[in-house]
Amino acid sequence: MGEYPSRSVNATAGDSGVTSGYARGAGSGVSPSSYQEPPLGGGSALPKKTRFSVETGFRGLSTAAGAMVLVIIIAIAVFLVSKAVPALQANTANFLTEKTWFPNDAEPVFGIAALAFGTVLSSIIALIVAVPIALAIALFLSHYAPRRLATPLGFVIDLLAAVPSVVFGLWGRDVLQVPVRNFSVWLNEYFGWLPIFGGEGPFGQSIMLGGLVLAIMVLPIVTSLSREVFQQTPGMNEEAALALGATRWEMIRTAVLPYGKPGVIAAVMLGLGRALGETIALALTLGITFNISFNLIENGGNSIAANIANTFGEANATGRGALIASGLVLFAITLVVNMTARAIIYRRREFRDSAA
Amino acid sequence: MKLQRSGFVAGIALTATIALTACGSDNESGGSGSGASAAPGSCVSGALTAQGSTAQKNAMDEWIKAYQGQCADAKVDYQGTGSGAGIEAFIAGTADFAGSDSALKEEEVAQADAKCPGGKALNLPMVIGPVAVVYNVQGVDGLQLSPATLAKIFAGGITKWNDAAIAAENTGAKLPDATIETVHRSDESGTTDNFTKYLSKTAEAEWTYGNAKAWKAPGGTGAAKSDGVATKVKSTPNTISYVELSFAENSDLQMAKIKNGAGEYVELTGASAGKTFENATVKGTDGDLALELDYNTKTAGAYPIVLVTYEIACSKGSAKAKEIQSFLKYTSSTAGQTALAELGYAPLPETLRAKVEASVASIA
Repeated sequence: MGEYPSRSVNATAGDSGVTSGYARGAGSGVSPSSYQEPPLGGGSALPKKTRFSVETGFRGLSTAAGAMVLVIIIAIAVFLVSKAVPALQANTANFLTEKTWFPNDAEPVFGIAALAFGTVLSSIIALIVAVPIALAIALFLSHYAPRRLATPLGFVIDLLAAVPSVVFGLWGRDVLQVPVRNFSVWLNEYFGWLPIFGGEGPFGQSIMLGGLVLAIMVLPIVTSLSREVFQQTPGMNEEAALALGATRWEMIRTAVLPYGKPGVIAAVMLGLGRALGETIALALTLGITFNISFNLIENGGNSIAANIANTFGEANATGRGALIASGLVLFAITLVVNMTARAIIYRRREFRDSAA
Repeated sequence: MKLQRSGFVAGIALTATIALTACGSDNESGGSGSGASAAPGSCVSGALTAQGSTAQKNAMDEWIKAYQGQCADAKVDYQGTGSGAGIEAFIAGTADFAGSDSALKEEEVAQADAKCPGGKALNLPMVIGPVAVVYNVQGVDGLQLSPATLAKIFAGGITKWNDAAIAAENTGAKLPDATIETVHRSDESGTTDNFTKYLSKTAEAEWTYGNAKAWKAPGGTGAAKSDGVATKVKSTPNTISYVELSFAENSDLQMAKIKNGAGEYVELTGASAGKTFENATVKGTDGDLALELDYNTKTAGAYPIVLVTYEIACSKGSAKAKEIQSFLKYTSSTAGQTALAELGYAPLPETLRAKVEASVASIA
């Protein structure tokens, strides 16, 4: 503390020795406050600092906004945990391994095992179906389709993202279920030796139906983000590939796809986020059973969010706490997925930058 | 600039118009209101808020529409928040009366009575909702089922439609060699509660899962809400499920005849469901009409799978006793009960209706 004044005095003295013109300006600009911090480099030419400027005001506002996010998140976390803990304490079964969900009984029994399994399985099916199609559409729109066709098609795909999920759910329940049932019977007849297509039936209202409906809901997100990424491929890279004699597909393989990889991964993760959190569409299309089975075509399946939608209405205090606990598990799953995605993107970027 | 100014002028004009019309309509409603309330003698003007059971939501909507049509100054608001939430709101004092799928439980009685200084909380049976057993099997009309067979089907003991147990109860019917797909409610519901209560009371040996709002038996397929169950059964062959009568009728589903305690297979109609209540014993005293249903009813022509929903209101001490009495007097009247027939509810049988009416008349 004691050092600063003497230093700054020296500094201004040195300054004035070199350029007298600037020194005078600095001298007048340096208000008593500037003695408390060491002046750096050519700071003397900057506009003079006032106590309440727009700069400090805006800085304060944005800091407050940033802090507010943290406060809200912490408040939500505290609220959720405080509701969930009493329910978990009342639980007479192991929350992590129990498959059934009866938290409203006199002796509550509930667990997350079957729900978490169904959530992850239905989302994986959705991504396996949706991602290849979405990437193909995105490449078509960005590199194959004539511009006159690409723009309206892009609009239509974006519109698909705006359809409410309950509409997809009702469509899946009332329209898609019959073809899926017929397809499932066919699969069971010819591929029944595979455990995932085995079973005795009944078929139709299965995790496959739920996964397909989810795939359609995820499709527009992945498509529209990937298209944006592919369109940003530097023209020079594409032209270079073509100049070296690459065909259209080879150019896409060597120039567009590597460039777009981190963006595509981010798009897929956003899609996965939507699939994991989807509520009403799955509540309407899944067969809602509480067991863990890899069979894709038999009636059954369940998910955390669908279970919340189904049981919230008639839940008592313990039941609500149990549902909040299940929501926290979903939150944890989503967090893990997002962090993995970020780690992948980060590694890819480093790899690409060092290679370049 | 010009646009802005004209917008400003338009704004002023609009505000002025709204202010003027507001004054005008105010006067008007006052005039017509006083005229209407003078006409029918039983109207008590005032606002009521109530909530609870979703099973009687449609009945309430119909009643409120009719009641407010008669009494322009009366206002009733009923929200279908669920029976548990309704009772909680009644105890907390935010609901003037509550709708519930079951009578007050022992631990709730004391809390509810505390809301009625000088009186107690009454359970008034008001709406009867028959539950239909619906199925979709081609070429099989008028399927007949005993409680034991029904329980075995839903518990997974019987898996084929041409099982010997079903065939024995349906002589001559062409039952297919197909797997039975049982469908149940995937959300928690009073319908499931009443259906499983019926099975646990009439087929104790075959049904070991007790009764609850959540479906406890293993297997079967879940469908969300009554509408989901009806759609599933309509669209999928070889299914069987249970759903409120109104949904079964609206979707034009096949309904099974159920064997009652007298040994006859009875078709579900409003009248046959009401008969189950003719011999129901009243557990409550002093105007409280909590019912003890006999699912094994021996009454001839009675359809046994029914649920009854109650209105829970104070016998004395409520600040809005007059308003509550006036509204419930309408709902328990013959006119009020017959208004429900088209909605898939069954009217209260006359003996019971008279008791409810007397109970309502004693509210002070």
